[in-house]
Amino acid sequence: MSKSKSFLIISRRPPYGSSHARDALDTALTTAVFEQPVAILFQGDGVYQLLSGQEPGGVRQKNLSATLSALPMYDIDRLYVCARAMAQRGLDQNDLVLPVEVLDDAGIAGLIRNHDVVMNF
Amino acid sequence: MIFSLLVYGAPHSHQAAESAYRFAVSALNQGHGIHRIFFYGDGVHNGSALASPPQDECDLPARWQALAEQHELDLVVCIAAAVRRGVLDANEALRYEKPAHNLRAGFELSGLGQLAEAAIQSDRLITFGA
Repeated sequence: MSKSKSFLIISRRPPYGSSHARDALDTALTTAVFEQPVAILFQGDGVYQLLSGQEPGGVRQKNLSATLSALPMYDIDRLYVCARAMAQRGLDQNDLVLPVEVLDDAGIAGLIRNHDVVMNF
Repeated sequence: MIFSLLVYGAPHSHQAAESAYRFAVSALNQGHGIHRIFFYGDGVHNGSALASPPQDECDLPARWQALAEQHELDLVVCIAAAVRRGVLDANEALRYEKPAHNLRAGFELSGLGQLAEAAIQSDRLITFGA
């Protein structure tokens, strides 16, 4: 494909309870396969997707962490979390399965401004 | 301007699908182009041929089909989301050995790559209902 655009996927939902989180990840992976630069921002309850030690078998869901761990293999290594969402939920980076960059509100505004396509899930 | 739409809500459950339809009609009426309308998540139910709302309610799948015929729109339903939710075309019904298929004429099942391609080719991608 001749054109290239930068993609930002904003994932705002918890890992289980709806299909949003998985759909956001699938969209990110597919877009990366199309050789477009992809970043992901975890915002609101979306930060729970990154928690280590998930055991969703009890609610008959597949573990999202396996897909998250595959992101670097797809060259998706720009992962961002909302500082406010982390603080509100009492989380810090040591609780997460992947290295992420923590952004304040101004940083998030800049991130959105710097991407051609922004998709919300 | 060339738009593509991402529809994430099912008809009757959410206003999102109706809003997407109204946006599409308005954009076309104002001379804009629509590259593709992509149905994802519960939005796949927009592509059902079996939805049967009461006569005094809007039949959105039928209206999508009519709009697509009128303007030669590309209505793509995410295949992975659709087969999970029981929206199948003849090929998928055969593949999964199901007794029936129900994808409405005017819609096609395809992969998420069609969403990525739509975002790349369009000036704007507008999401409804995510």
